[in-house]
Amino acid sequence: MASTRCAACKYLRRRCPSDCIFSLYFPSNNPQRFAYVHKIFGASNVGKMLQDLPVHRRADAADSLYYEAHCRIKDPVYGCVGIINILHQEIHNVQCQIAKIQAEIAFIGTHAQSDQQLQIAPNLDPNFLAEQKGLSNSFDDSSTWFF
Amino acid sequence: MGGGSSPCASCKLLRRRCTKDCVFAPYFPPDDPHKFAIVHKVFGASNISKMLQELPVHKRADAVSSLVYEANSRMRDPVYGCVGAISYLQNQVAQLQMQLAVAQAEIYCIQMQQEPPNLQPQMVEPTDENCLLFASNDLDYNLQQYLSFASSSSSSSVMQDSVKRESLCTVDPSGDQFVPKRSPTYMFGM
Repeated sequence: MASTRCAACKYLRRRCPSDCIFSLYFPSNNPQRFAYVHKIFGASNVGKMLQDLPVHRRADAADSLYYEAHCRIKDPVYGCVGIINILHQEIHNVQCQIAKIQAEIAFIGTHAQSDQQLQIAPNLDPNFLAEQKGLSNSFDDSSTWFF
Repeated sequence: MGGGSSPCASCKLLRRRCTKDCVFAPYFPPDDPHKFAIVHKVFGASNISKMLQELPVHKRADAVSSLVYEANSRMRDPVYGCVGAISYLQNQVAQLQMQLAVAQAEIYCIQMQQEPPNLQPQMVEPTDENCLLFASNDLDYNLQQYLSFASSSSSSSVMQDSVKRESLCTVDPSGDQFVPKRSPTYMFGM
């Protein structure tokens, strides 16, 4: 007769009752899943955590516990916090890149605007242009401005 | 304790004698009982002891800091714990990358407009799709290394599903509340 124990009860070498808290979230076809969470959190803690949650949240909780346990086993010093570190760094890097490009766009925009003003200058008051350029505006004859 | 220092927070909580080679003593001082209480609740004293003993001494302080961080996250969010914060940050990264792609497309278009026409032979029309190609970077590779296990999980991936959701996280977006208080190796911009 095939065993119907969940991965947790198999690991703990006990009978798997019909109302086993682990059976839905630690199926027997994935023994590693329970092995990891047991190593990091302990069966008793995992059981308590799942018991304290409403039934519809337990699956996600079991998944996140497995993820955390997996990260901790992969990186025994930092665990999940190592990933959070990396993400914070990436956010900072991308924000810097965006700021740099936006500054370039603003600079190009300002530059293009002043070039445009120079090109249509004959139709404008030269004193106005001089003010824009920050020069003194002592020209009386607009025709002498460009020669 | 016969005239010596008081027992560490863990030995006080566990009501046992705090020996001079207690593995917890350097990291759980008696003036902060809450710190040990919270990691004990989530991980258990026995598991913490095993984890610390498997690490070299100079790494244990960082390990304790990260365990405290994870335990706090789990207490704050019993369903997702730290994973909620990771999901939130990944969403933020994705949004910023889209903004970056848009900005890069914009500057590319501006630069294309400024180039004289005879210098643009047979160039592809600068569309947003083309410009988005320039926005890719190495971020995805780093994250994929961590996320690759999720696709092998027997249940639906919490990470891949969570990225698609609006908001999973109950964590303070600034993240500052979770910054471990020591160690320059935590690059939170302290």
